Amino acid sequence: MAHDHHDHDHGHDHGHDHGQDPPSDMALRVKALESVLVDKGLVDPAALDAIVDHFETKVGPRNGARVVAKAWTDPAYLARLREDATAAIAELDFTGRQGEHMIAVENGPDVHNLVVCTLCSCYPWPVLGLPPVWYKSPPYRSRAVIDPRGVLAEFGTELPPDVEVRVWDSTAEVRYLVIPQRPAGTDGLGEDELAAMVTRDGMIGTTLL
Amino acid sequence: MNGVHDMGGMHGLGPVAPEPREPVFHEAWEGRVHAMTIASPTRGNIDAGRHQRELIPGPDYLRWTYYEKWFASLSALLLTSGLVTAAEIAAGKAAPGSPKGTPRLVAADVTAAMTRPSSYVREVATAPAFAAGDRVRARQINPTGHTRLPRYARGHVGVVERRHGAHVLPDSNAHGLGEDPRHLYTVRFAARELWGPDASARDSVSLDLWEPYLERA
Repeated sequence: MAHDHHDHDHGHDHGHDHGQDPPSDMALRVKALESVLVDKGLVDPAALDAIVDHFETKVGPRNGARVVAKAWTDPAYLARLREDATAAIAELDFTGRQGEHMIAVENGPDVHNLVVCTLCSCYPWPVLGLPPVWYKSPPYRSRAVIDPRGVLAEFGTELPPDVEVRVWDSTAEVRYLVIPQRPAGTDGLGEDELAAMVTRDGMIGTTLL
Repeated sequence: MNGVHDMGGMHGLGPVAPEPREPVFHEAWEGRVHAMTIASPTRGNIDAGRHQRELIPGPDYLRWTYYEKWFASLSALLLTSGLVTAAEIAAGKAAPGSPKGTPRLVAADVTAAMTRPSSYVREVATAPAFAAGDRVRARQINPTGHTRLPRYARGHVGVVERRHGAHVLPDSNAHGLGEDPRHLYTVRFAARELWGPDASARDSVSLDLWEPYLERA
């Protein structure tokens, strides 16, 4: 069965300029491709396991939350984050792919920051992990720049008209991390408790904390 | 290229659909596609990979899911490179007698490969043409190859906010023409400059743009 299916796809492939065809049964097709690559010694299946594990367990918004909580509680750290965010974030061991050139943008009473990548899916992997589907999808990518307040409203974020909205379109290898405003009434809390309050969407800028 | 991937400012693409408690990968195969793309011997530079996905025909680009696009691009790169044949992909195994390669990335090196600090900044002899505060216009250009200057900014005037040094130029790097590093700037455009009088007078959009995309305004 599976072979018949793939033979059909194969025949179909030749009709297209780019060899980029509508995928049909993705799980089977991906498995077939992986089998070929492993069979030919082109990929190490254990390396694939390790990459999946990296994204499922090693990186994610909890990393960014630690950066934010430290920025809220440690004025010297905040100063370093403003001066060189890549280095300040590296102090917490969050480095590598898609975090090579970091900028922290701070929300305040008069300014709100929102991050997008209109051209693809650029996102700061070391601090936020992989982006959610909506971040990579046409509705968000198309509208975040032309109608940021409308997009924010869909996330339940209503901003007064006198708050400035700054949108950051990640068109190069610079990656942006939003530092949300510290919630009121959290004066006595420590870094761990504060970090637990920081959300992924808060660090993209689609929601407030 | 003026492809559908360059969608900033479009209408009619539907509502944003956040998903509560979204998993990192919705299906196991998505994780395998992501991992294979990273580990594949075809992994060249990041710009070539982006351009490959831009080459997906527009209707397919809009219809396919994110990892369907990644899979299509990975398959295309592997076929183009000659490392794998369509017959092998169809059969799910190597052709008899085909050469045995050596994986570029092994499990023990994955964490280091993912977390190693690196940089797109390059030393160049030329001084930056612009400084923070300069008014610049994004050039009205329509290259048919890869570019990171979105259509919605072309022809519009903004203010240089920050210099980033010289970064690898995607327009060159994506096509195997070398890194050709050029000065990179964050340029801030007033929302009304980009979208007209219906936009908020307070709001702005900032983009990271290379010097060849800009002219003094």
